[in-house]
Amino acid sequence: MAELQQILDETGALVGEVPDLSDERLTELFQHMLMIRSLDGRMLKLQRAGRVGFVGTATGLEASLVGAAAPLLPQDWMWSGLREGGAAITRGLPMSEYVAQMYCNSNDTAKGRQMCNHFQHKESNYPSWSSVIGTQITHGVGAAYASARRGDDAVHSIHFGDGASSSNGFHSGMNLAGVWQAPCVFVCIDNGWAISVKSSEQTAAESYSDKAEAYGMPGVTVDGNDVLAVYVAMKTAVERARAEGGPSLVVLKTYRMLGHSSSDDPSKYREDAEVEAWAQRDPLDRYESFLIARGLIDANERSVQEEAIVAEIDEVIHEQEAAPPFPLRSLVEDVYSEVPRHLRLQFNQFLEVAERRGDATPGDGAFPL
Amino acid sequence: MRTLTLLQAVNDALHTKMREDERVTVFGEDVGPKGGVFLATEGLTQEFGKQRCFDTPLSEDGIVGAAVGMAVNGLLPVCEIQFQDFIFPAFDQIVSEAAKLRYRSGGQYTAPMVIRTPYGGGIRGGLYHSQSGEAYFAHTPGLKVVIPSTPHDAKGLLIAAIEDPDPVLFLEPKALYRSVKGEVPEGRYSIDLSTVRTVREGSDVTVFCYGAMVPVCEKAAAKAAEGGIETHVMDLRTLLPLDEEAVLDAARRTGRVVVVHEAPRFCGYGAEISALIAENAIEYMEAPVRRVTGFDTPFPNTLEHHYMPDERRVLDAIEGVASF
Ligand SMILES: Cc1ncc(C[n+]2csc(CCOP(=O)(O)OP(=O)(O)O)c2C)c(N)n1
Ligand SMILES: [Mg+2]
Repeated sequence: MAELQQILDETGALVGEVPDLSDERLTELFQHMLMIRSLDGRMLKLQRAGRVGFVGTATGLEASLVGAAAPLLPQDWMWSGLREGGAAITRGLPMSEYVAQMYCNSNDTAKGRQMCNHFQHKESNYPSWSSVIGTQITHGVGAAYASARRGDDAVHSIHFGDGASSSNGFHSGMNLAGVWQAPCVFVCIDNGWAISVKSSEQTAAESYSDKAEAYGMPGVTVDGNDVLAVYVAMKTAVERARAEGGPSLVVLKTYRMLGHSSSDDPSKYREDAEVEAWAQRDPLDRYESFLIARGLIDANERSVQEEAIVAEIDEVIHEQEAAPPFPLRSLVEDVYSEVPRHLRLQFNQFLEVAERRGDATPGDGAFPL
Repeated sequence: MRTLTLLQAVNDALHTKMREDERVTVFGEDVGPKGGVFLATEGLTQEFGKQRCFDTPLSEDGIVGAAVGMAVNGLLPVCEIQFQDFIFPAFDQIVSEAAKLRYRSGGQYTAPMVIRTPYGGGIRGGLYHSQSGEAYFAHTPGLKVVIPSTPHDAKGLLIAAIEDPDPVLFLEPKALYRSVKGEVPEGRYSIDLSTVRTVREGSDVTVFCYGAMVPVCEKAAAKAAEGGIETHVMDLRTLLPLDEEAVLDAARRTGRVVVVHEAPRFCGYGAEISALIAENAIEYMEAPVRRVTGFDTPFPNTLEHHYMPDERRVLDAIEGVASF
């Protein structure tokens, strides 16, 4: 069984070496974690109010998200699953675009085409995932191969869950990356559950990181609720990949504190006691204790920060509420580089019916054929 | 008689067959203690134990491939793919393996199994929780493709699918899971696969549809009747093998045909119906066959209500062929 890498124990006491980060950077990691938790709270509230359709939560995963993204450089790429949106914000995804995507409104860079929680941000090398679990893994590997060929010095951080480790994409991706020595890091976020399937029932391997060996790469298991340990493990893996040392697997052991999504009731399949036990290992509480002990923040700081973050989020929500959905024509756009004739025709016929029956939705008119 | 939702009818069919035949084995992602993300398998693990209904790792290819092996070796697997959109990792196992096993072994080995999966739009699921992929599978010799639209049919057809000696893809219209209710008998009964259901009798226009489009077409037919057009509505319910004679009879009866599905148009199931009629009943036709379908695009998200055929578009087509 792989050893669990830790720098802060569950109480926030130092059991390892603090990475070489400035005091500002150390407190910034805390702010990022707070931001992710606050966003979750706000999005869930919007979901309950019927304003957004679906929320894939990140509560409990803050250290894993923030710690894993922190060592990446601007040229690096992040390939993600459902829950990495908050990590993308720390790398440059604007909060306004995050919220617009949740509303799927006309400010959404994906034009409202994907469900909520499918963020993207081209400027910081962050493609959205498709929804199909595991498919981003081979994409990340191929893109890493391309980075190596093109010599752009980028490392590709490929995030996926414990459930996704059973997908074809995981096997093919790990195998190809090993054979090609692609500059990537596989970040398996073992958050205990794949919807209602326990992570211990997803594999008979004693530890997820043991899987790395079969693909000829190193694997480590890290306390995913310890932001410093996650940072250090990721930094090591990223530097190794950048130095042409090949891929590696970093398994972050953490816990999905809430339901799989806003539509899931976890009480049907898991014990409160388990959730309680993980609540004792909360990544924010732990890191807060460390920062207080180190004299970087005081006991009031968290609530002050939180208030400021929530105010910022609420302002963004207020702006995005007002934006309309995308115009009707977007139905047939972006299928190909140009709208082909048969789609222009289909759209025009659709409009004609709507107009003839007297309930045309205000749109942007027919296409020239 | 008791009234059930389509979802409860599916659940009832599974309970019924599992009680009757201990070979029947249900598995898939989250089908165990949680009872499936839509609750179609609710209570099965509790009643029959983990041997008979269990969760699998997240691997559609593994689920379907293992089902083939179980079927070959004496079990009756009824596996679930959580959303039809996620069936494609298993496409190879369905198309190359399950569907061709009987043929390639000269009938020595067979795969009597069922793959249940919810399909279709209307839940704001975006492009990966809404697709209607029936045409990919209806193009697969060796497979049977079934789509119920009522609780009564859902139970009777699912039981028939489980009892069928060949692999059956059972597509469940998720938009109807809780929105349609109907009388469902207790105990075992089955409905022959490859039979169509007459939803409504009419002599002016024939509408062919299936799954979630059936209630849409029923509403359009009722509206058309207000305007004096009598519509004959047929629920195809088994797409493969299709009861071609019943389709041709219904087409000849009115000489005016509309085919409705939410899947894209190009090479969609409507093309097959249209070709069947063109080849065999053209002399009866008073108007060109009209298709009302989704756009030839991926499934949208915010604009899904414009993508999916609605009562208005179906009615427009009915009136169009009636007055041709
Ligand atoms: C190929 C595929 N199969 C099934 C699903 C349905 N599904 C969505 S999330 C999920 C569980 C994913 O678990 P994990 O990889 O551990 O990620 P987590 O949700 O815990 O972040 C499942 C089964 C899917 N989206 N794609
Ligand atoms: Mg998980």
